[in-house]
Amino acid sequence: MGKGKIIIVGGGLAGLMSAIKAAEAGVEVDLFSVVPVKRSHSVCAQGGINGAVNTKGEGDSPWEHLDDTIYGGDFLANQPPVKAMCEAAPGIIHLLDRMGVMFNRTPEGLLDFRQFGGTKYHRTAYAGATTGQQLLYALDEQVRRQEVNGLVHKHEYEEFLSAVIDDDKVCHGIVVQDLKSMEIQVYRADAVIVASGGLGMIYGKSTNSMINTGSAAGELYQQGAYFANGEFIQIHPTAIPGEDKLRLMSESARGEGGRLWTYKNGKPWYFLEEMYPAYGNLVPRDVATRAIFDICVNQHLGINGENMVYLDLSHKDPHELDVKLGGIIDIYEKFVGEDPHKVPMKVFPAVHYSMGGLWVDFDQMTNIKGLFACGECDYQYHGANRLGANSLLSAIYGGMVAGPNAVRYLKGLDKSSEEESSALFDDAREREKERYRRITEMDGDENAYVLHKELGEWMTKYVTVVRENKTLLATDQHIQELMERYKHININDTSKWSNSGASFTRQLWNMMELARVITLGAYNRNESRGAHYKPEFPERNDEDWLKTTKAKYNPDTNGPDFEYEPVDISLIKPRKRDYTHDK
Amino acid sequence: MSEESRPKSIQLIITRQDGPDAPPYKETFEVPYRPNMNVISALMAIRRNPVTAGGKKTSPPQWEMNCLEEVCGACSMVINGRPRQACTALIDKLEKPIRLEPMGTFPIVRDLIVDRSRMFDALKQVKAWIPIDGTYDLGPGPRMAESKRQWAYELSKCMTCGVCLEACPNVNSKSDFMGPAPLSQVRLFNAHPTGAMNKAERLHAIMGPGGIAGCGNSQNCVQVCPKGIPLTTSIAVLNRATVGQSFRDFFGSDNM
Repeated sequence: MGKGKIIIVGGGLAGLMSAIKAAEAGVEVDLFSVVPVKRSHSVCAQGGINGAVNTKGEGDSPWEHLDDTIYGGDFLANQPPVKAMCEAAPGIIHLLDRMGVMFNRTPEGLLDFRQFGGTKYHRTAYAGATTGQQLLYALDEQVRRQEVNGLVHKHEYEEFLSAVIDDDKVCHGIVVQDLKSMEIQVYRADAVIVASGGLGMIYGKSTNSMINTGSAAGELYQQGAYFANGEFIQIHPTAIPGEDKLRLMSESARGEGGRLWTYKNGKPWYFLEEMYPAYGNLVPRDVATRAIFDICVNQHLGINGENMVYLDLSHKDPHELDVKLGGIIDIYEKFVGEDPHKVPMKVFPAVHYSMGGLWVDFDQMTNIKGLFACGECDYQYHGANRLGANSLLSAIYGGMVAGPNAVRYLKGLDKSSEEESSALFDDAREREKERYRRITEMDGDENAYVLHKELGEWMTKYVTVVRENKTLLATDQHIQELMERYKHININDTSKWSNSGASFTRQLWNMMELARVITLGAYNRNESRGAHYKPEFPERNDEDWLKTTKAKYNPDTNGPDFEYEPVDISLIKPRKRDYTHDK
Repeated sequence: MSEESRPKSIQLIITRQDGPDAPPYKETFEVPYRPNMNVISALMAIRRNPVTAGGKKTSPPQWEMNCLEEVCGACSMVINGRPRQACTALIDKLEKPIRLEPMGTFPIVRDLIVDRSRMFDALKQVKAWIPIDGTYDLGPGPRMAESKRQWAYELSKCMTCGVCLEACPNVNSKSDFMGPAPLSQVRLFNAHPTGAMNKAERLHAIMGPGGIAGCGNSQNCVQVCPKGIPLTTSIAVLNRATVGQSFRDFFGSDNM
């Protein structure tokens, strides 16, 4: 066969890194993204990226990083890939530095590191409080360089609709839609890497960007890819509520000395410092979130009785705050109108990250041959709870694994996708054209955005911090009702040009399919582990539940069937996770 | 704002255009007021009920958005005459009715959506990257003084949002001037210890057509930049640097 061709879906950190790796190996890449890649959601990451570079004389090491990550994830992650990631992390930070990322520096001109949740080490490299933006730009620039070299072909404003998969479960390309002309086209490739990001939009309002619908992953799940650990959704403890979205206030605020408190008996109560003396304000996110939730919802001790607590930086040096946390301070000032240098910020937990995602093997390949996944859309690195500043790392590392493995895979093929019969591709394209035609003809009396709002409200109310089997089942019922009402949507816009409502309507279906995977996965898992907390089953149960959830789409029931597989715990023996004392 | 002085609803007048070659027209919408609303949440309310103030059913206006916290650069539009991000445009701080228009400096795609691809092309033209040897592990990067890092970081926040090009009188369909944003990137990459090794290449890229000579020093760009990037300072620095570069080109001192 010839040199081969790779398709990458998604232009965030994972997609861009895999593109750079493939291009470096001399393989041509077609890179698809619904937005200009520079506007991908990676841009929102604030606090930093973890790597045990150990420049502070603390004795940090990749092994410590591994142990913090596995322990923080409540032992649900397969350990070998996490170990490989932690070992690669210092090199990744140096690479980003060489690409020109303006990381904060020490007086000696070396990279500075700060502390994050779930660790005792200064392990997090950072560029102010806009680290994700700076990292994304660095990779964007390197990809632009490969574009000029002719190895990367960007297709921006083109949306992935489905994969082209043959009867032997091998992927040969994708069907896409141009979001301006609305034209539907099929592209051939010898390997496809999906790096389509998270799914926060399933919850209506979250810290996620508007493109994080999970639609691509939801479509692939319906095409037979396993979706793993869907029930593990990270709720970030500190966000500012808003009408349109919930805006993240980075964990780095606490890493730099920020304190969470509320009034109790008329006096400030630094609840995390009291409840978790060993880690204080730097407990992992699931732990901090449950504490805030309990204080506000059960004890009614939120500020003025409302669902909010204080995140306080007002005791810190104002100049230092600007240098280290400028990005989030700007956001708070612009959207709330108060100055965090002077007054404590008011925050509440918000849906933030999906630990679950497409099931992949240790080479980042899904159960469909030739189809790889990396970044937030996979499930690989975070177990039941992700540690702060591990997401930028896992996105980049996942891309570094997926890119070269996709190259290796295509080099081993004896037949190129160009030689596959054109009927396979024509059928795939025609199927999508027909689906789209049906969407454009929807003329009922429901509004897709109203249905989405309702989906988000139910998911946020019943499938986040505290989960009860009764309401999980009711939520699943309600999602199925929404799926019925979906059929009565009115498309409101019959334009054949740049029609975002039609695209959103298609995405909404995939969101609802994944919402069922999340909800039923949570219903089945009768234990509490990491971000998944059930008062009916308050303890972790390794005997029955130290296993990965795999949801497989069943077309007959239009819902998930569940299988479970054991977790690889070959490196660190599971132990009780308890942040009241040192681990 | 006190309870009584809060409006029940707010009016938006949106300039619409069905496609690149279609004529523009205006539509007025009325949406229920909610505290702490921004322009995006008003547009979202219209999308849930696409009916004009006159009661006419219409298609929902099209706009771009993504992060909604002013780091992605997507939601630029002209709001009450000023180019800016719609996410940080808070309803309480805007004169009513609120007028939304697309950034006319760019080709219109549909309604408030414009085509900003020329900005990304300009980044290619000025070689806005560090030419690293490869992504394999080559050890730590160059050291850098924190003081220098701090001003370079300010330049690195550019979101390619296009607001500075919209405000610039010299960026228009009759001129090939690339605008302030890509110019400032030249200063950023030339400041990096590795990037400085190729600074002549980047300076040459802005000494030619569409380059720095197109700046008329109106200073509009620096006033509208949502990230507060010192664009005019960058241009002044680059003016000096390009003059220096032309001397070096003339005397051949780059080859010494």
